[in-house]
Amino acid sequence: MTIDPAAPVLDRARALAEDVTLRGVERWKRVNPGRLAVGYMPIYAPRPLLEAIGCLPVAIFGAGDSLDVIRGDSYFQSYICRIPRSTIELALGGHFAALDGMLFPSICDVIRNLGGMFKLLFPDLYTSYLDLPQNFDREVGGKFFALELRRIARELRERGALPLEPDRLRAAIDTENARRRALARLDSVRQREPWRLRATEAYLAVRAGAALEAAAHTELLEELLAFVERRPARVVDNVRVVLAGSFCEQPPFDLIVALEKAGCDIVDDDFQLGLRMIEGDIVVGPDENPVDALARAYLERGRATASRYIANEEKGAKLVQTVRDCNADGVIFAAASFCDPALLDQPMLEAALRTAGIPHTSFKFSENTGQFQVIREQAGAFSDAVKLWGAAS
Amino acid sequence: MTQAFAATATSEASKDRSQLRQKRMIADHFDKLARAKEEGKKVVYTFVPGNVTELLGALDLLPVLPEINALQSGMRGRSAGYIAEAEKAGHSEDVCTYVKCDIGMLKSGNIGPTGQKLPPPDLLLLSYTGCFTFLKWFELLKQEYQCPVVLLHVPYQTEGTISPEMRTYVVEQIEREVIPALERVAGRKLDRDELSRRLSLSAQAETDLVRVWESARHRPSPIDGYFGGVYYVGPIFSSFRGTEDAALYYSELRQEVEERAALGQGPATPDGSMAEERYRLVVEGPPNWTSFYDFWRMFSREGAVVVASTYTRVGGLYDTGFRHDPARPLESLAEYCMGCYTNLGLPKRLELLERYVKEYEADGFLINSVKSCNSFSVGQLLLQRKLEERTGVPGGFIESDLVDPRYFGKANIENRVQSFLQMLAGRKNRGRT
Repeated sequence: MTIDPAAPVLDRARALAEDVTLRGVERWKRVNPGRLAVGYMPIYAPRPLLEAIGCLPVAIFGAGDSLDVIRGDSYFQSYICRIPRSTIELALGGHFAALDGMLFPSICDVIRNLGGMFKLLFPDLYTSYLDLPQNFDREVGGKFFALELRRIARELRERGALPLEPDRLRAAIDTENARRRALARLDSVRQREPWRLRATEAYLAVRAGAALEAAAHTELLEELLAFVERRPARVVDNVRVVLAGSFCEQPPFDLIVALEKAGCDIVDDDFQLGLRMIEGDIVVGPDENPVDALARAYLERGRATASRYIANEEKGAKLVQTVRDCNADGVIFAAASFCDPALLDQPMLEAALRTAGIPHTSFKFSENTGQFQVIREQAGAFSDAVKLWGAAS
Repeated sequence: MTQAFAATATSEASKDRSQLRQKRMIADHFDKLARAKEEGKKVVYTFVPGNVTELLGALDLLPVLPEINALQSGMRGRSAGYIAEAEKAGHSEDVCTYVKCDIGMLKSGNIGPTGQKLPPPDLLLLSYTGCFTFLKWFELLKQEYQCPVVLLHVPYQTEGTISPEMRTYVVEQIEREVIPALERVAGRKLDRDELSRRLSLSAQAETDLVRVWESARHRPSPIDGYFGGVYYVGPIFSSFRGTEDAALYYSELRQEVEERAALGQGPATPDGSMAEERYRLVVEGPPNWTSFYDFWRMFSREGAVVVASTYTRVGGLYDTGFRHDPARPLESLAEYCMGCYTNLGLPKRLELLERYVKEYEADGFLINSVKSCNSFSVGQLLLQRKLEERTGVPGGFIESDLVDPRYFGKANIENRVQSFLQMLAGRKNRGRT
């Protein structure tokens, strides 16, 4: 039997990825007494800013399919997506006890109002809405966002975080950039040789960083990359697909497995987009305040996604470009049921793909979906159609 | 909404001067829109919450409000077909039906509520206030029309307060982006004195509207602040804020309502004046438009009057003291945008509901949770619990939709409303004994 040298680090990543009840955060707090842990909902929160003031950023993606949601369901109507339900369930179950704060970035009305619910349900917990700018002028939206970032740092300082100092933020941005380069290498391996690093493995490796400091996550990624280069791998003739629409509520892990088993190599995706929301390095200019640089990076290098207003670019152009850059054969839209941003975006993206002649298919999921057979068959039919005729049937 | 009301309301209500004026205002506006292209008038599509109608008016630009068109389509029985049209074109069954209704209407010829064709926009003014869907809606319309878009991003009042940074952000966008975009379309510079004059007219109308809302403190209330309320907010929510017509409308409306109060009359309903006020309610959430009058009658025939509602505050919250201010034109426009009801965090919404229940001495409150509107709906079940805790007044909860008739289960909703009102009656009887 061949032993996979990457197996131990992948096992570690899986344990971290599955830690929805935040036991790792509790351990971190025991090792780092007095420091704060700050949760945030998808998509994006300024992790380097949080690390610079001594906080552990914790990406919250709900509970997936790992928890029976009972109390959470009683707070939401049937037509609301799943992620707020399991998030409330976790919080009411005491699983967020290690968190000193929660940020609710402006991704959609559900996450926004969830922030208000947290304020009412947990009045002692620091909760804040993070109003990400939709105006991308440096002097208008940039100025506003930099003030938002400083506000959050100030409010967390009042709760016991370190003061925001430029040198510490520069160092945190450097550390974050190292992580981003490791993530880019991971993507590069997956796109070049998807049989060497499966999308499911990359998913676990990225998700493992949800509640790790950037340096610790980079270490894990580097370790995985070193093993991946050496692992035995067999070339598989799958179709290469880009997966879009899963940037917030995450599909069950086994659903991603099912897509792979259906013959799809997912060579690019928007799973847990937050860590990759900014494309490339965050560059701090020589005389630039690093807070302004962080704001500018969001404005100028923010990835095109459904919760971000597309001002002047052609809608869907970025997705078409991604398909071409990745040499992908097609696109799978996988949106969470009742996800307004993804589902309202989808017709526009589909139109762009049609114009570009790129095959695509779509399905919806919930984080606790338990049956994958239909989706697997659909993905399999899509894969076959692309392989046989170069287009979806 | 107002035309449909005017067409079907009672003969008594149709005598009201204000109502006749509103009917004429709307007809004139849609006539102007129908003639816009031949007369060289420019058209701006924008949204109700956070609209900057005074700016448009000062530049002689004609507004079109897609939400109003959608709800009108709902009331006219057209929305089901429009939604089906949009769904056939690939729009998900899960998303906002206002959007799908508007897209379907566009694909079916863009015929407005008066039967006249609506002109295409010369500009899409995306006032992004309190509703994420607005962003997507105008991205979708941008694909249909070859016209520029200008965005006004209005920060959310998560803490229920407006910080100087938030105000500056909105003012800078208005100054640097919105006004120049409007001026380019209008082909002329903004007359700041004209803007101030219009803001002054707005403030006048807003004061009169607040008096109308406050009249519901009387017993019996001379108004219904929800079903009737959507008729009262027509001019101020839509194309007429900042006009002489709107100022006159609200002045007349206030006089009429004060007369009703002085005479001890109840509110107008689809079946005439309410004879006996049995229940006083506060309502949270938008109404259903496809069965609006059926929905209204479920309350009015039982003697249930809505003394205050939150839906009538989505286009501006004036009863907490805000007024447009001609001396601070852009700042007050910014504050207006940020103050719309759905732009307030849940704790602030709860506080407002609590105030309405107490100040208007409501017997109960009802939440109409609509599938289409996450901005309203997410958190409403928690609001219900918290509001009951804080006021000791019971809450009812029903579910429907804005303009998709598939989600208006008449029998189910009627059962729930009746059970709720029976429960209130029981409480009242126990109180007496």
